[in-house]
Amino acid sequence: MLRGFLKINMKKLLKNNLVIMIIFSVVVLTMPIWMQPFGAAYPDILQKFVIFGVFAIGYNILFGLTGYLSFGHAAFLGVGSYTAVWSFKLLTMNIIPAIILSVIMSGIFAVLMGYVALRRSGIYFSILTLAFAQMCYNLAYSVLTPITNGETGLQLAKSDPRVIDRLFSEAGEGLPSTTLFGIETSGYSGFYISAVVMIIVFYISLKIFNSSFGLKLKAIKSNQNRMRYLGFNTRPYLLTAFVISGMYAGLAGGLLAATDPLAGAERMQWTASGEVILMTILGGVGTLFGPLLGVIIIKYFENIFSAINQLDLHSFYSIFPTWLENAMVSISSLFVGEGWHMTLGLLFMLVVAFLPGGVLEGMQLTYKKLTTYVSKKRNKTGGESKKETGVNHGK
Amino acid sequence: MDAILLQLLNGLDKGGAYALIALGLTLAFGTLGIVNFAHGALFMLGAFCAVTFNKFLTISKSVKDESITFFDAYKEVPYLEIWWGDTGAAIIDYAVPLSILFAIPVMLLIGWALERGLIQYFYKRTHASQILFTFGLAIVIQEIIRHIFGANPIPTPAPEIVSGSANIGLYLGLGENIIYPWWRLIYFSFSIIVITAVFAFLKFTTFGMVVRAGIQNREMVGMLGINIERRFTIVFSLSAVVAGVAGVMYAPIVPPDFHLGMDFLVLTFVVVVVGGMGSLPGAVAAGFLLGVLQSFAAMNEVKEILPGIDQIIIYLVAVVVLLVRPRGLMGVKGVFED
Repeated sequence: MLRGFLKINMKKLLKNNLVIMIIFSVVVLTMPIWMQPFGAAYPDILQKFVIFGVFAIGYNILFGLTGYLSFGHAAFLGVGSYTAVWSFKLLTMNIIPAIILSVIMSGIFAVLMGYVALRRSGIYFSILTLAFAQMCYNLAYSVLTPITNGETGLQLAKSDPRVIDRLFSEAGEGLPSTTLFGIETSGYSGFYISAVVMIIVFYISLKIFNSSFGLKLKAIKSNQNRMRYLGFNTRPYLLTAFVISGMYAGLAGGLLAATDPLAGAERMQWTASGEVILMTILGGVGTLFGPLLGVIIIKYFENIFSAINQLDLHSFYSIFPTWLENAMVSISSLFVGEGWHMTLGLLFMLVVAFLPGGVLEGMQLTYKKLTTYVSKKRNKTGGESKKETGVNHGK
Repeated sequence: MDAILLQLLNGLDKGGAYALIALGLTLAFGTLGIVNFAHGALFMLGAFCAVTFNKFLTISKSVKDESITFFDAYKEVPYLEIWWGDTGAAIIDYAVPLSILFAIPVMLLIGWALERGLIQYFYKRTHASQILFTFGLAIVIQEIIRHIFGANPIPTPAPEIVSGSANIGLYLGLGENIIYPWWRLIYFSFSIIVITAVFAFLKFTTFGMVVRAGIQNREMVGMLGINIERRFTIVFSLSAVVAGVAGVMYAPIVPPDFHLGMDFLVLTFVVVVVGGMGSLPGAVAAGFLLGVLQSFAAMNEVKEILPGIDQIIIYLVAVVVLLVRPRGLMGVKGVFED
């Protein structure tokens, strides 16, 4: 009786946005503590977790809700980064205007790209977005070099004007660093700032998922024609979703620049779009937490795998006889260090092939299997007290 | 005038490569309904077939250098030269064209293995998951190649006799300014031959007829009692071979490195979309068209008016074509329409 009551209440509680947000915020903000046992409790990687979290949450709004597979989101990330760095160069080292500008700028880009690309759907949409992203990437490397600084990447310089900063103070010695009203935005404070931003945008995405707008997007995914027959013009909804997710990507780019004021064109390459797709899918497309989970898994293993070198491998396999050790090392070295991309590609294939719903779905499935297994066992031991009757099948 | 003709020629060899890759891609699209993002990797594998074959032919032994007398000097001499003298040297010289013979069975095998081992499980999945799966596959293939051959481009020379340039202007009586490398000319002719062969195969053989019927209506062909799946395996292998030989012959033009495939893949996808999904003539026409357009956009005169146009022309054309003619230039009705 009491257990049932608790269960119902727990379920109700977990449906409550406020409760979800509180739990989520606590989990995110205590990351530096509970990441300790995993050896990932240093600011650099924590920042990556939350910033790419923003990126993936935004991507999920488009891909997860509408099913439109965009290969062009890296372009928005790049645009956001460039805008933020230019804001540092021209206006002020404060990150607030930089972030706002990068969101606006990527929003404008998203409107342009989305307006054209959303005229088609399916694979055509993917290729149109891919074409746009490649255009941005190629231009950033060639003609736009005065804006993007080409291969070197856009960096801060001492001679930058920084108009707003100059109103308040003289230029100091050396390069100034990015701040939030005097708080340094690198290291742990950078993580906390990004984490707060991520919690806010997560709340927005939660609202979108539960809104009628979100429902319409889901309806578009399941059957666009039916939506049209029902009298909805689907394109404005799609465009809104596209622009929102593009702005999320721009925000992520702005945050990347805020924690490390550098912007390079390689952020815009289509393989970068591939990475965010993988993160979203790995975690679970169309779920709220899935993309975040995907980000943490990928960034965590990227960090670990790409740091391993031959020596580490030799010491790891040292318990085996030498010939086996050498063989194991040569096999494993395919997947670590420089070979991290290989692991990523394999992961991509495996996830798409066997776990299209992502890790989250996998966990749900195992949970279900476990509970049915346990209840079956209980039924067996408890005799025939709970025999299935035909009556229940009507439910 | 000369400059225009030269740019036209310049575009043709690149266009040939685009057309060949797009042809294979379209074959896989039209028949199997597979969006194969790993097709660029197959092109790259072809180029590395040439590299491997070249390495294989030049396995060497150090031999005492007789020409240096005052100290013991050793030089590497390939076994082929030791055994067969000048004939051996000639074989090594012709390594690239000869490696087509090596590449065809290898690519056939690779295509067959990929289709039976992996791709066949994705016929019934959504295009998004096909794209993602083959994208992962492309990364894996690319990384394996990098692991074996390293990250640097590997120069693979063309045979000595065609390493120079042809003075085409002189042959055609157009002046002496149109000079064009022989190998690129060969590549263009080669691509025309392969394309013709593929079309002839599809047009004049019973097998080709079945495949064409399969492109139009796969279910119906299946109902007529033809094992269409098995034919499709062969078609996939064929598309792998086409991509492979295109890669082999491309090796002397651009020294192959591991992301050669990725560079070409994105462009080829655009080519296929411009030509029209599922249309083989469309793929070929769009391949040459975009190749030539790209080389015209690279002219200095054009670049002065529109800076950077050479970088984006292909994508720009794709955007315009998709918006004006959603089905592509020669799109087939009913193929890949959502």
